[in-house]
This record gives sequence, C-alpha cells and structure tokens, in this order.
Amino acid sequence: MPVNMNDFKKQDSTWCPACGNFGIWTALKKALVKLDLGPDQVCFTMGIGCHGHLHNYMKTYAFEGLHGRSLPLGAAIKMVNKDIPVVAFAGDGDCLGEGGNHFVHTIRANHDMTLVLHDNQTYGLTTGQTAPTSLKGYKSKSTPSGVIETPFNPLTLALSSGATFVARAFSQDLSGLSDILVKAISHKGFALVDIFQPCVTFNKVNTYQWFKERVYKLEETDHDTSDKIAALSKALETEKLPIGVFYEEKRPSYEDELPQLEGEPIVNREAGKRDVDSLMEALR
Amino acid sequence: MAQDIQWKIGGEAGFGIMTTGLLFAKACLRGGLNTFNYTEYPSLIRGGHNCMQVRVSDEEIHSQTKQVNILVALNMNGVTRHTEELADGAAIIYDSEDLTLDEKEYEKYDLIGMPWKQIIKDNDLKEVMKNNIALGASLGLLNYDLETLFGVIQDTFGRKGDEVVNANKKAAKAGYDYVQEHYKELCKITLQKTDNEPKMLINGAEAISIGAIAGGLQFYAAYPMTPSSGILHYLAKEGPKVGMVVKHAEDEISVANMAVGAGYAGARSMCGTAGGGFCLMAETVGLAGLTETPVVMFNVMRPGPATGLPTWTGQADIPLVRGAGQDDVTKIILSIGDMQDSFELTWKALNYAEKYQLPVIVMSDKYLTESHIGTAKFDTGSVVVDRGLLLSDEQAAKEEDYKRYKLTDTGISPRAIPGQKGTPFAANSDEHDEYGQSDEEIENAIAQKDKRLKKLEEYKKEMPTVQMFGKDDADLTVITWGSTKMPAREALKWLEKDGINIQIMQIVSIHPFPSEQVSEVISKAKETLIIEGNQTAQMAALIREHTGIELKNKFLRYDGRPFYPEDIVAKVKEMVN
Ligand SMILES: Cc1ncc(C[n+]2csc(CCOP(=O)(O)OP(=O)(O)O)c2C)c(N)n1
Ligand code: SF4
Repeated sequence: MPVNMNDFKKQDSTWCPACGNFGIWTALKKALVKLDLGPDQVCFTMGIGCHGHLHNYMKTYAFEGLHGRSLPLGAAIKMVNKDIPVVAFAGDGDCLGEGGNHFVHTIRANHDMTLVLHDNQTYGLTTGQTAPTSLKGYKSKSTPSGVIETPFNPLTLALSSGATFVARAFSQDLSGLSDILVKAISHKGFALVDIFQPCVTFNKVNTYQWFKERVYKLEETDHDTSDKIAALSKALETEKLPIGVFYEEKRPSYEDELPQLEGEPIVNREAGKRDVDSLMEALR
Repeated sequence: MAQDIQWKIGGEAGFGIMTTGLLFAKACLRGGLNTFNYTEYPSLIRGGHNCMQVRVSDEEIHSQTKQVNILVALNMNGVTRHTEELADGAAIIYDSEDLTLDEKEYEKYDLIGMPWKQIIKDNDLKEVMKNNIALGASLGLLNYDLETLFGVIQDTFGRKGDEVVNANKKAAKAGYDYVQEHYKELCKITLQKTDNEPKMLINGAEAISIGAIAGGLQFYAAYPMTPSSGILHYLAKEGPKVGMVVKHAEDEISVANMAVGAGYAGARSMCGTAGGGFCLMAETVGLAGLTETPVVMFNVMRPGPATGLPTWTGQADIPLVRGAGQDDVTKIILSIGDMQDSFELTWKALNYAEKYQLPVIVMSDKYLTESHIGTAKFDTGSVVVDRGLLLSDEQAAKEEDYKRYKLTDTGISPRAIPGQKGTPFAANSDEHDEYGQSDEEIENAIAQKDKRLKKLEEYKKEMPTVQMFGKDDADLTVITWGSTKMPAREALKWLEKDGINIQIMQIVSIHPFPSEQVSEVISKAKETLIIEGNQTAQMAALIREHTGIELKNKFLRYDGRPFYPEDIVAKVKEMVN
C-alpha cells in the first residue's frame, strides 16, 4: 500500500495556533508521501526547541536529542545505516547558536542527510529571546534595547562551507516547501533547507505579512542553481528575499567515500565476535 | 638467580626514542623474557626531554622500577636527568665525542663512551642510525643474541625495503661490536634467553582497541587528546579493515553525540577522550542514560584541571565521571588496571551497554594506555557478543503496539532500531512514556525513573566488582583502583620475598559501587592502606560514602607520575614494622 498522510498520525500538536511549524509539518508529510517513505523508512533527529516536539505529533523513527545536537546524531545514524534517509530538524538558536560548530562541519563532511532549519529568528521554546538569525536591533527579552550583533546568514555560511544543496523556503508556501523537501531528501549529500517559519507568539517583526511582502521564487527567475557565485549573491539579498533552490552540486557523500560501507549497511551486518589473533600476532 | 634489569634511553624529543625502546623490548621478548616499558615525554614535539625505560626479567613482572642498570644518554640531559635513578655499577652509554663526563663524579658507574661520528663514518652509516648503534651497544653490553634483534629489525622495517633493513642491522652490529671490542670487561651481565614462548608487546590503548575489535565494535568516534589518541590511531588503522567506521569529529560534543547516534541506530558504538574532552561529553552521558541508548565512553585520565599536565598520568576523575550529566543518570562506570583488564573489560563494556541499554564509561589513564607490557596473547575463548534485548527484524515485524520503554520486571525493554518494519518510535531526551512520547505526569516520571534504575540492580548480578590479589590473612590490605594495580602487584611480589604478606583489593566498579564486597574485605583486614593517584583520596571518599568506613592510611601521588613498587614497598614496611 502506498504511504499516505495518515500513516504518520500520532498525538495532536501543542504548537501555538498558526505557528509556522504547522506548514512545515504538512509539507513534510506531503513530501514523504511523494517519496513513498513510510514511518519506518525514515529517521528524524531533532534538537531542543519548539521544532523538536515534532516527533510527538508525527510517527517515524526519531531521536530528539539535546539542544544543538541533531546534526551529529543524524550523521552517525547515516554512517552506520546508509540506507535510511536521515532528516535532522533544528531551530535557529539550536543549530546556529548552541550547535554552530556542528553546522559547518556536517556540511563540510557532506554527510548524506537533510537539515530542516526552523528559522523563526527568535527563541520560541524559551519564550522569546534573540536568536543568531534575529535582525539587527531586534528587541527581545534578552535584548530589550535591541540586538547588537548582525544576523547569521545560514545560506552563505553553508555555501562557503561547501554545501552541495542549499535551499530556502517559506512555511506558508506548502507546495513550494514540499517540492524542495522532496529534492533535498533525494539529494545525495548534505542538503540544507532554511525555512522562514513565523513564530506568531514571540516574533512580532518577521510575521507572515512581513515575509509575504518580501519573498519571491527563484524558479521564476533565470537563476542557475549550478552557479555558486550567483547562489551567494542571491543569498545576500536583503530587500527582497528569494526562496527556492539556490545551489545544487553533485559530489560523493561522506558515506560514499568510505570503502568499508560498500555492500550492506553496517547495522544490517552481524555484530559478531571477531578473530583478533592476527592483530595480536603482529605485536610479537 | 632471577634476571631483572632495567634499560633506559633518554634524549631530545623527536629523535625516535620511543621506537628504539620498543625495538629493545621486542628483542628481549623474542628471547622468551618479560618486559615492561614506561615512557615519559613533555607536551612538545621537538626539543623537550623524552625517555623510555624497559624493564626486562625472566620472571613475570607488572611494572617499571626505579633503578636503571643501563642508561643510553643521547644528550647531556639524558645523563643528568637520570643520574639519581642509576643503580650502583650501572652503565652509561653516551656520545664521547660530544659529551664529557667527569670520571670522578661518575666513578660509581661504568662509562661506555662511544664516538658516534667515528663509528658512523667507519661503518658508512647515516646520522639517523645513532639510536640503532646505541641499541646494538646495549645488547652487546648484555652479551645478548644479536640475531634476535635482527629478526625484530627485519619485521619492523621490512616494509621499507631491504636497504633500510640492512642499514639498521649494520648500525646495530656496529654498536654491538664496538662495545664488545672496547669494553669487553664491562660486559658483565649476560642476559639469558629462555625457552618460553615469545610474548606480544602491547600497550593499554592497543589492548582496549583489540578488545573492542574482538567484541564487535562497529563505530568509533574521537577527537584527538593525549593520552586517549592511541585508541583512535589504532582503530583508525585497523578498524576499517573489519568494516568499522572511525570518525575524527569536530569536537568531543559531536563525538559523544555521534557515538550515541550510532548506538541508537543499532551499531556497537564507542568513543574515547581524556578528562578535558570528557567534560564536554557530560551532557551526552545524560542523553544516553535517559534515552537508554547503548554506548561505551572511554575517559583516559591525565592530570588537570584545564590543560593540566597533558602527557602525564593521574587518577583524579572520579567526581567528574560520576557526576557527568545532571540528576541521577543510569550509567555504569568501570575502571581498568592493566592490559588484561583493558582487553577484557572493553568487550564486556560493549555487552553491558547493549544488555542494559545505557552508557558505560570506562576509566583508564596515561600510565596504562601508553605503557607496554610483554604478555601472552589474550585468551579470546571467553569473548562473547551479547546484544541484549535487541529485536531481530522478524521479532520487530511481529510487534503490534510497540513500546520502546515498556515497564518490565528488570527495567530492560526490547529495543528496536531505525528501519525495522513496524516499530517506529522516538528516542526522546524529554521524560517520556513507554512509547517514547513526551510525558510530564507525576506517575509516569516516577515509573520511568524507577525503571531505569532497576536495570542497575539487574546488572549488579554480573557486575565485575573487585579483583583480589595475595593472601586473605595478609598483614595489610592495599586498596587501589586503575593502573596503580600494576606497581601494587609488583610490590606484593617483592614483599612476599621479604616475608611480608599483603593483599590487594583493586576496585573495578566505580558505579554502581560494590559496597558489600568492599566493606567485607575492609572489615576483615588487619590493616589497610589506600593508594591512589590524586590529591584528595577520591576513592577513599567513595568508600566512605558507600560503606561508612573512613580509611586512615592513605598514600597519594598527584604529580603526574605513576607509583613505583619501591615506594609502595617502603610505605608498607613502614606500616607493618
Ligand atoms: C544546553 C541547553 N541550553 C539551553 C537550553 C534551553 N533551550 C531550549 S530551546 C532553546 C532555544 C530555542 O530556540 P530555537 O533553537 O530557535 O528553537 P525554537 O524554539 O525557536 O524552535 C533553549 C535556549 C537547553 N535545552 N539546553
Ligand atoms: S512559540 Fe513560536 S515557534 Fe514555538 S510553537 Fe509558538 S509560535 Fe511556534
């Protein structure tokens, strides 16, 4: 039986009504249906933040780890089970603050996995502090006079770290987001999907309206997704905000480059006792 | 009459001192002798002082000793830094063209001056062969069989081709012949080979790695940090050949999370670091505990805090490891004391991790991980791979209402892994119900916490508690843990010869703590002495906490150096007499 949206049913969500996460949730299910990946055929990892609760509402194999750590968890799952599609979910604070080091290094390694970045430019779960992607001057509980730091640009950071698939989406654009997720999950290597995800409760600046006035689709332009420089300059735009696939490149994934992964995934091999006599003999 | 000599080589870091020491030890081992190598070096690549000492005996030995019988000094530091360690009548092999040793000052010793440059020139050798000349000279001084060394050279350098092998042999022979020719009367000791089967030369890192490979390890992650890197280096070289993934990740936080991710996914998984890296792993210990994910984590200790003494040894991380992760983390902590423990407790740790579905932390230290012992090959007959309640694909497919964290009598629940049909579940770092769903209700929180703790009760039934050495009715019971076991066992042997009987209790399990066994041994002891490598008697504190017993006599060392049997013997004699 083909996979359908109801297969993923679990408990009702406790996100705030109209939260951008709902769009991501729906688009994700659509993408998995399209890819015909059922709950036991995919593995999610998540950090801590509002995004991290997704596994309570959506049935799949999942590991909600610690704040900032969904990437190393996901990378390792992929290394020992190269056959299972791995999707890591992360908040902007989670992934670019607490887990910033993992972000660049997982990209560099080109592990064959997807990162879904819930980019709401604020801290949701901890009730509204500034995030690494908050716009300069953003007033929050932790920055009542406005944030001084300039925002991180996850796209340019990913591109300059050697990402092989870089995309941005808007959670309200369900079909666009779902298409991008299909492409990202199908991509061989590391795929970043940065998603504008309005936090209706705490971010009163970057609202649905704010995004609607600014986003435009790259696919409606003549943008060449194989051109890294073009991708970088698109990613640097701030007046209008392009969404869609910025950059795509074919490069062997980390897992492809490990000769010992040829054949069956590690977890399908018997983890039996090994003969170590020759290793000990070599020490004589 | 037992043969027991100690040879030492010292000089500037970066001049192949370690390699030379290993070649010397191997040559002895191949002659059916026993060896123990101990090395000291600073946290520098070039310029600091390095040394390695090799104790050789025809009896079983457990550690290095203080007194040096033959000292190879590659520079003046090599002489002056070790003069105090020299036994009466010891020989000093040194470069007589470069160094002048005052005969009066060194009159107690045999000075074996060697004109390195002349020897190099006369024999058409290269400057880099100096160590091999010294090696040959040392064996010449011991009237040892040169062919045995040739065999070691052949096996060590064979890959590099005949030219390299022959040049090394020639250098060794030149040194050997020079000593035999010019210092024949000083070649007083004859190191006799025995008929015993040659042993392997192994350090703790290799023993851990081989134990892990035997035990079916499939994933290892690490970030380089002395003294744990030996495990990374060995596994990076040998692991892929048996299908293992070995990952040098960006930091220890990633390392630990990767090891947990791989364990969750169904691989036998391990990571390793030193105390500083372990600090970064602390949060992940809690993650593995709460999500009941199997993982083995090595903390190879060195003195701290902070960067501390990077290349030295210590046993001071009990509070760190015990405290890793907030709240009561369901975890197992073991401590290994020698190469045999390193092998055996590593494969066992992999089993415990999977059987009880939790993090198993194994504590080692620099002294153990980087010292080499000559030992018989490990008995692999008892090695088993036990994956606990891991569901097979067939079993998983039959599950109808799968509860990953099902409440059971033992606290252990059947474990599915990603990709299996019919059992999708979430491992969840939030407190969760039997399915893995976030759940903050009172009843559930208590039930899940109790469930996890129960697993340790089950584990206690097979827990390696303590190891005992010596006689029950001993005059004194030495209590120790970790690598101090080695010099303590050596001291036991020496004291026995002097008619003093001691007993040693090596505490293997740090958590859960083997309170019953420890109390029983202490209550029966005539007198006790606790020996440990830290400033505040951490093990003694643990014993007090768990047994209420306050140990009076403590022998502590916290200067980065290991204990020596001589010190233990002196301490015991002071107490017994
Ligand atoms: C080590 C650690 N530090 C802090 C926290 C508290 N914390 C939980 S979520 C969060 C940030 C949430 O923001 P973000 O990652 O952007 O995710 P969102 O909730 O917006 O989806 C913080 C700081 C934590 N759980 N762990
Ligand atoms: S706090 Fe913000 S991000 Fe979190 S659920 Fe509510 S709206 Fe969504």
